[in-house]
Order: sequence, then structure tokens, then C-alpha cells
Amino acid sequence: MSAISINLISGRTIQQGVAMEGGKEKDKYRKACGIIEMDNEDFKKLGVMKNTNVEVTSAYGSVVVKAIEATQGPHPGVAFIPMGPWANTVVSDETYSTGMPTFKGTPVTIEPAPDKQVLPTIKLMRYNCWGEEQ
Amino acid sequence: MADEYIIRNGHVYDPKQGIKGDVMDICIADGKIVSKVSGKAKEIDATGKTVMAGAVEIHAHVAGPKVNEGRNYRPEDKLFTCKATGKTRMEGGFSIPTTFRTGYNYARMGYTTVMEAAMPPLYARHVHEEIKDTPIVDQGAYPVFGNNWFVFEYLKNNEETNVNAYISWLLRVTKGYALKLVNPGGSEAWGWGKNCDGVHDPVPYFDITPAEIMTGLMKANEQLGLPHSIHVHTNNLGNPGNFETTLDTFRLTEGVKPNNKFGREQVFHHTHVQFHSYGGDNWGNFESKAKEIMSYVNQNKNITIDLGCVTLDETTTMTADGPFEHHLTELNHLKWANLDVELETSSGIVPYVYSPDIKVCAIQWAIGLELGLLAKDPMRTYITTDHPNAGPFTRYPRVFGWLMDAKYRNERLSTFKHSEKVNDATSLGSLDREITLYELAQMTRAGPAKALGLTNMCGGLAPGMDADVSVYNINADRLDGASIEKAFSSADQVFKSGVLVVDNNEIVAEPAKRTFWVDVKVPENKQVERDVAMKFLKYYSMNLGNYEVSDHFAPHPYVIEVDAS
Amino acid sequence: MTKTISDVICPFCGTLCDDLVVTVSDDGTKLLDVENACAIGAEKFLHSQASDRVTRPRMLQEDGSAVEVSYDEAIEYTAQLLAKAKKPLMYGWSSTSCEAQSVGSEIAEQVGAIIDNTAAVCHGTTLVAVQNVGIPSCTLGEVKNRADRIIFWGCNPAHAHPRHMSRYSIFPRGYFTGKGHKNRKLIVVDPRTTDTSSLADIHLQVEQGADYELLQALRAAVRGQELTGDIIAGVPKAKVYESAELLKSGRFGVIFFGMGVTQSLGKDHNIDAAIMLTKDLNEYTKFSIIAMRGHYNVTGSGQVLGWQFGFPYSVDLSRGFARYNPGETGSIELLKRKEADAIMVLGSDPGAHFPIRCVREIANLPSVCIDPHITPTSEICKLHVPVAFVGVEVGGNCYRMDNVPIDSRKVVEPPEGMMTDEEFLRAVNTRITEIKAA
Repeated sequence: MSAISINLISGRTIQQGVAMEGGKEKDKYRKACGIIEMDNEDFKKLGVMKNTNVEVTSAYGSVVVKAIEATQGPHPGVAFIPMGPWANTVVSDETYSTGMPTFKGTPVTIEPAPDKQVLPTIKLMRYNCWGEEQ
Repeated sequence: MADEYIIRNGHVYDPKQGIKGDVMDICIADGKIVSKVSGKAKEIDATGKTVMAGAVEIHAHVAGPKVNEGRNYRPEDKLFTCKATGKTRMEGGFSIPTTFRTGYNYARMGYTTVMEAAMPPLYARHVHEEIKDTPIVDQGAYPVFGNNWFVFEYLKNNEETNVNAYISWLLRVTKGYALKLVNPGGSEAWGWGKNCDGVHDPVPYFDITPAEIMTGLMKANEQLGLPHSIHVHTNNLGNPGNFETTLDTFRLTEGVKPNNKFGREQVFHHTHVQFHSYGGDNWGNFESKAKEIMSYVNQNKNITIDLGCVTLDETTTMTADGPFEHHLTELNHLKWANLDVELETSSGIVPYVYSPDIKVCAIQWAIGLELGLLAKDPMRTYITTDHPNAGPFTRYPRVFGWLMDAKYRNERLSTFKHSEKVNDATSLGSLDREITLYELAQMTRAGPAKALGLTNMCGGLAPGMDADVSVYNINADRLDGASIEKAFSSADQVFKSGVLVVDNNEIVAEPAKRTFWVDVKVPENKQVERDVAMKFLKYYSMNLGNYEVSDHFAPHPYVIEVDAS
Repeated sequence: MTKTISDVICPFCGTLCDDLVVTVSDDGTKLLDVENACAIGAEKFLHSQASDRVTRPRMLQEDGSAVEVSYDEAIEYTAQLLAKAKKPLMYGWSSTSCEAQSVGSEIAEQVGAIIDNTAAVCHGTTLVAVQNVGIPSCTLGEVKNRADRIIFWGCNPAHAHPRHMSRYSIFPRGYFTGKGHKNRKLIVVDPRTTDTSSLADIHLQVEQGADYELLQALRAAVRGQELTGDIIAGVPKAKVYESAELLKSGRFGVIFFGMGVTQSLGKDHNIDAAIMLTKDLNEYTKFSIIAMRGHYNVTGSGQVLGWQFGFPYSVDLSRGFARYNPGETGSIELLKRKEADAIMVLGSDPGAHFPIRCVREIANLPSVCIDPHITPTSEICKLHVPVAFVGVEVGGNCYRMDNVPIDSRKVVEPPEGMMTDEEFLRAVNTRITEIKAA
């Protein structure tokens, strides 16, 4: 098991949309958005099984999500976290004076974190904002 | 109860009653002009000043999808034009001002009725939302009919009663005021990147010509007896040599007689004629054909026109003539916005700089003024800039100055970079006519009100009419260009329906403004109902049940009812 | 007994479907069924019926718990917060009606706020690009009736705008398109293979972040210029030529584009290039370009701000007149600079959709979140004001992604005693006027 570097993008999925409209505080939303979609090749490099929790770290933050096989792939070298608080913990807030953060194309490292949990929405928010205990 | 007012001792110009600068009092009570008021009436001293009815704008692009696209895509138009006032809503913009500034600026100039010149029916709701947010001035909007698939099919099949029923329906569901035609047939052709260059050039796939569209809608308009005539921007706008197309268009009116109960005498209004009066066959030999155009207009009483005067500013052109705007962006390479609307129209926007250093721009400037000065009947010739196409409406006072003061005009003419060439291409330098204050009142008040079928309501000062009144600090003794411009830019007092809205050149009140629309009753027509339902099902992207503009978009409607059943 | 309401507008995405059929209980208090909506839209309608819905304002306490307060208290708190702030940020506006947005503008003028909508993190760069180079466009009905060439660039409608392809762009038969999808050629540009690209005639799997290069290469290829290098932005050169020919050979084409271009490196310049490609193609055939707007009324917010202030988003009113410079007055940069001293959020969820640094700043400001539901934003704001659900429990005007306005409908009563956002804003505005006059 070792860390890998990868290019992270975020975006919509229909599961994210449905879960979002059903209530972001609910577990369905965590299951839809607290994930990272990765390519088989990248799973091999990382050396973990599918559906393992991983810690994603960028220059902007760090978050635990569950690594799953890409549902819309292949896309080696690109990882995908559906738009939402998990993705936004690590995406680049750099706007290059346009006002628009760089939600797509943040360099991140991914490390296995089988013992850490994917936080529920509200806990994640409070932890991120106020450092409240996990 | 509204306040009573008496405006004392002004020089009154009212073509409606034939009053030519007589010193008299104007009385206002209950929102109307009255012959006398009680002793409680507030007095306004207009000694040495000019008193006219509130002016009537017959053609300007002030509300709706393309106007707002213009605002949103030109942040540069706001540069140095936004200022904090604290009393009124925030204002901004020059050629495409915000709705608040639009209402305030018209009111400051003494305009009290403003017609939006082109409303795509699918976007009618947007137009009405903006009208609602444009303070003070009464407004109506002209839905575009000249590229509408229903109209094409009914006209092609000579189904007159169906055309009439469809017009009645569309005016009602869009809360529209009059029939607007923009590049008839050509804007539909633009759906395929094509155009109709002349009035007999057939529309691709629809087997109909612009001439047939104009003639058909003109007939329908008179059969229905609508307040306004058809309001036309014909084919071939802006091209050298297009005056022939314009004359071909005018000839379609020969023998057609007006039919209405509103005192309207024309069957055809042609808008921004300046853009349609060009000779030559390229930009090198581009020249004025204002004489040819006005000679036809002067002889045919069933036509009215507005000028479309170039003001020599940086502005934003916008029209439902989609192919023209594409043509323009190819010429000036400035940013191009286009919007084609399913089954109804196209439209486009391009910024434009009318530079006094460019020969063609200066000739365009001259043509607009020539048309006005060659007009024999000011009651049929109205001053516009086709705002914002030839220049912003806030430049009207400058246009008045050029029309009313030959010296002022000639100073401008003689200081162009290419003055000699402009003189060769136009006759402006040889015209010494100066429009009088009375004629100005005809061209900005009584005339447009009559053409719109509102002659008993606005544009005049006869007792019983709406008390829309403007007081300007000027009189016939000092009509130099600079003074004209100053006085008409900022009225001393303006009344809208009897409410003092401008006092000492400042906005002081924002009473509820009205939305004019026309409700025509026609016999029930099942065929048209079926056709509408079918086309919505198959071709529109919106359900029929969501198309009609509901009443809350026009919270203060003024519905003109016409019985054609 | 039940009632059926047709022609219902879906308040989810910018596709603004207006053909939903909703069944409600006879007394109009319960929403029972939704037909014709996509999975997301249906969920949105049904969520209004959730048994655990919050129906009264809640104030966050020191210990992290929330205490219910009255609407009157919420109005007072919101009015005081905005009136006292030097530079409040009023953010959101994309999931509400134009009527409510309009009241928001009045408040923003009164208090000298920065008023911004979700374009800030969505199609803001598109709006900037349109300011740079214009936009040749058309309504979605034109696409349905005429289009035979479709490009989806950096967007995935199968997931984000689920009914777009069936209603407007790929499958419908229109006036000149009687054969439906058979006569339409589809190009999808996406760094991933997606459920949309699986439908494509050509999938250009662009290297992530290299859209600008590919767009400019396509422009060159359309003009018949020679391209150098075998692989361009991750795409074989031959495929670029093939795509250019396909586009030119159509009679009417449309580019739809989404976050893949607006949020990737290059930002507004990507869209400049996409728009210029569209303009270039008009030399050969007819071409339009349409932004795949996200929230159902983000377009409307841009329109309202446009006619009232002249700018479509990120409008700074703090100096008494409207200023606009998204890289400075936009919500993201404003929060990063810690320049706002209070925030009001309505009709959006920046807690879920802003980068964490900005979310953290919101959490540390005096804050109000006005939203029908519990959201990440509501949970980090000092006050959460639940309101009736626009498009479900109260009507109001909305603008589709092609700027077509559609008046949304009320189909069911809100829970008893709940205010609409427009009512709440009006009350706040009135109170602010009083505070300012005092």
C-alpha cells in the first residue's frame, strides 16, 4: 500500500442529484458524494481493494472518502468525487482572478485509510469549520 | 384624491388643439386636463417657458431579452454612468440603461408614454417583467409577427379569418399592443443562415414572400381595426442601395385605407427610415436617398414614419433582424450576440461606434436629419433614434437641436473629418429649414399619439385627456442648439396622469405606471385553437398551458378593447 | 379523491421542464405523485412532503444545538444583521423566483450589499466570456426543430440535466427534424467516458484541463489549416479533422457546454474559444451555443440583476452604485479576503458547494440561511429560516437555460404557518427601512 498522486475533478452525478434533493443531512447523500471514483489501473497503483476508505489530500485540505470503481470510465490518472462537501474539502479555491474556483483539476494524493470513517454531512461540516471532534 | 394644479402663463404648444405658443394656463385635476381648477390648486409658474403634453415614444428597445442581453454583455456601458443618488433606485448604463434609469431618464426629458418596439412572444413575460420595473412611464410592447409560422401558413393559404383569430389570440396571451414586422421572412430564413434581400425574395421552405407577409398583415390589421397600424422594419436594412426595397415596401400600401375607431389615419408605419434610405452599391459610393424616400412619404397620407437619427455615439445595436446583426459583426468585428426564437423570430446584438471620423457614419447622421427636414407633414414623421440602434434616447435633445437650429447643425456638418464627401452624398447642407416648437410637438407628441391610436388619451392638452404635461425652460425667443439641448434634457416639471413626477429637474414621485395592451374580440375559431394546440405539442419547447402571460406581470393594465366579432 | 395538475414546472435544473403532472390530495395539502419528471425532479417534489421537515426558524446555540424561534424574531435578527453590516454578502438566488430576487435587490440597495448568485461557482466564467466575445445562441425549440449537429462539451446531461436530450437536443422530432435522433450527429467532449459519451458518434476524450487547446485546434481545422503533432490535447489529430468536417457539413448545429469548461483551467478563455468556434462555423452553416445552466432559476437571477443593475452576478452595491468585477466582487474572492462582515444565503447551498476555505469563513460570520430544507449551509449559519418551496408550494417566474421565462406553479400548500421567501424578504426590507430611518 502506498500513496499515489492523481488529478482530481468533481461534478454532478444523478445519484448526487437525487440524494441532494432528498436531504443533504441524510446518509444517502453521504453514500452518493462521500466517494472517489477511480480507475482500475489507479487502484492497482494504490494497492487497495475497491470500496476501501481512502484519505485524499491536497494543498487545500484533506478528507476521507470511500474509493469505488469508476462508474463512467475508464479515465486513468483522473479521479472523480461528486460535487459536495467531501470534494470541496480538497478542491482548489484558486480562481486566478476570475472569481471561479478550480473545481476540476486539483492535484491530490490518495492514501489508503481503511480504519478511518467517511464523516456524515453535518459532522463533516462542523469538523471542517470549527474543528469539532470527529 | 389627486392634487389640483394650475400651470400658469406658459407658452403652450398643442397640435391636438392647434395651439401655437399662446400664453395660457393648463389646469390639472383628478389625473386629467381640465378647463378650470379650484382655488386650492397648486400653482406652477411657467412664465417664459414652454408647455407641451408629455412626449410619446413610438419606437425604442427598452425592455426584454435582447435589451437585457445587451446590458449583461456590455459591462463597459456602465463605465462612469453609475452614480449614487440615495433618493431613487440605483441607476446605471448609457446606451442600454437599467430599467430604473430608463424610466427616470424618459421622465426627466418629459416623456410619459414609451412603446417597446419588439417583443418576441415566447419572451413576452420577460418584457413585461422589465416594464413593471421601469418607473413612471406608461408602456406597451409590440409582439413580432413578421416571421411567425402560423402567420406564414395562414397567409399562404389565404385563410383571412384564421390570421385574424391568431392575431387576436397572440395579442391577448402576450399582452401586446401592435403588430410588429421585422425583416419579414428574412429573420426566419436566418434560422438557416440565410436572408430575404428584397420584398419578393421567397422565404425558404415556406413558399411566401415578404411582400405577401406585409400585405396580408396590413389587411388583417385593418379588418380588425386595431389602434396602431402594422409597424414595419422592412427587408434589406442598412445596405447601400436599399432605398429601392424601401420604396417597393411603401408601394404595398397603395389603395389600402385605414379602418379603426381610434382616429388613426395611416395603414402602415415604417420605423427608423434612416437605415432604409441608402443609395449607391457599396460603402465607397454610399449616398443619401432621403429625397426619394420623403417624396413618396409626403405624397401618401396612409404612411407614417419615424426617423432613426444617428447621434454619433458609441452604442449597442439590437434588432429582431438576426441576419443584419451578423452582417454588422462581419463589418466591425465587435462582439456578436444572436438569439433565434422557435417559430417566431431571430434577433441579434452588436456594439457599434458611430464615429464622426468615418464617412459612412457621418452620412447616416445627415440622412436622419434630412428625412426630418424634408417632411412636409410633421404629424406623420416622428423623431426617434431607434434607441439604442442609432443612438441612445437620451440624445433626443441634441437631435432636436440639430433639427431646430440650422447653424448648430451646420457646425457639426462642417467639422466632420470627411465633410466634403458627406456634402456630396447628402443634401443636408442645402436645407435651411428649422423645425419649430409647434412642429416638434407634432413630431414627438400629437403625431405619435395619433399613429398609435391614443390621440384622445395622450400627446395633447385638451380637457379630458390624461394630464401628462412637461414644462421646459425655453421659448421661441432663444432657440439656439445648446439651449434646446439643455432645456429638453431636463424638464423643469413633468406630470404623469396628474402626478408631479419631476420638479426642479428632479424625480420626485414614482406613481404606478400602466401597461397598455389590446384585446380584440373575434368570432370563436376552433380551427385556430386546434392549430395552436398542435404546434405547441409538436414544435414549441414550452407547453401551451404555460405560454400566456398572467395578469400579475402587468399589475396596472390599461386594456384597449376592440370588437371585431 | 385526488386532484391532478398538469403543465407543472420542475424547479430543479436549467432545463426547466414544464410538462410535469402532479397529483395532490383533494384539499391540496398533500402531494401524492409526480409524473414526467426525472429522478432528481421527482425527489425534489416529494421531499417537500418529508415528515421531518423543519417548519420554523431555528437559532444555533453556543453548544451546537438549535432552538426554535418565531418568524418575527427571525425577521428582526436578519434585518439587524444586514442593517448593521458594512459589507454584507447576499448570496444564492438561484433556487427562488424572480419576484423574490427583486425584493432581494431592494434590500441589497438599502444596506449596500454585495449581491451574487450561484453563477459565481458555475457559469460565471461563461458570463465573462459572453462579455468578452458575445454569444450566438437560440432557444431550445430551435434545436428541436432544426439541429442536426450537437456537441456536448464538458457536460454530462445524462446525469445533470436528465431530460435535456429527450426534450430538446437528441431524440425529439421537430419541424425540420422528422427523423429525430437518426439525423442528428453527436459529439461529446469529456475527459471521462460518460453515460452521455456512450451515445456519441464521436467522443473526444480530451486531456483534463486542455479544452482550450482542443477548441483552438478545431477552429483551425474548420478553417482548413494544417495542425501539427499527432495528438492534440489528448485527441488524435485525425479525429479533430473528422469532427471539424462533421460540424461544417451540418445544416444547423449547437454546442452545449458545462462545468468541464467553466471550472477547468483556462476558465472564461475556454468559453471564449468555444464561442469563437461557434461564430466561425456560421461562415459555413448555422451554429449556436448554449450554456447548460444548473439551478432552475440561476438564469433568472442574472436577468433580474441585469435589468436592475446592469450586471449578471457578483454585483457590489456597497458604494451606493453598482460595481462589477467578478475576480474581486465575486463571493469566492470576497470570502477568501475575509472582506464580508455578514452573510445572508437564500436559494443556494454554498456550504455544500464552495471550497472549504470559503465555507469556513461563512461559518465564522454573522449569518442567516433561508432555505426550505436542512443543508450544510443551514447547519453552519447562526439562523436558519425555513420557507415555502418555490415551484412547489409557491409560484413565481423562472428563466430556462436559454433565457425563456416560465412562470412556475404552486401545486400544494406549504406546512401551516410557513412564510414564503418573498414574504420573509419583504418583511425584512420593511424592517430595514425602519432601522435606517431611526
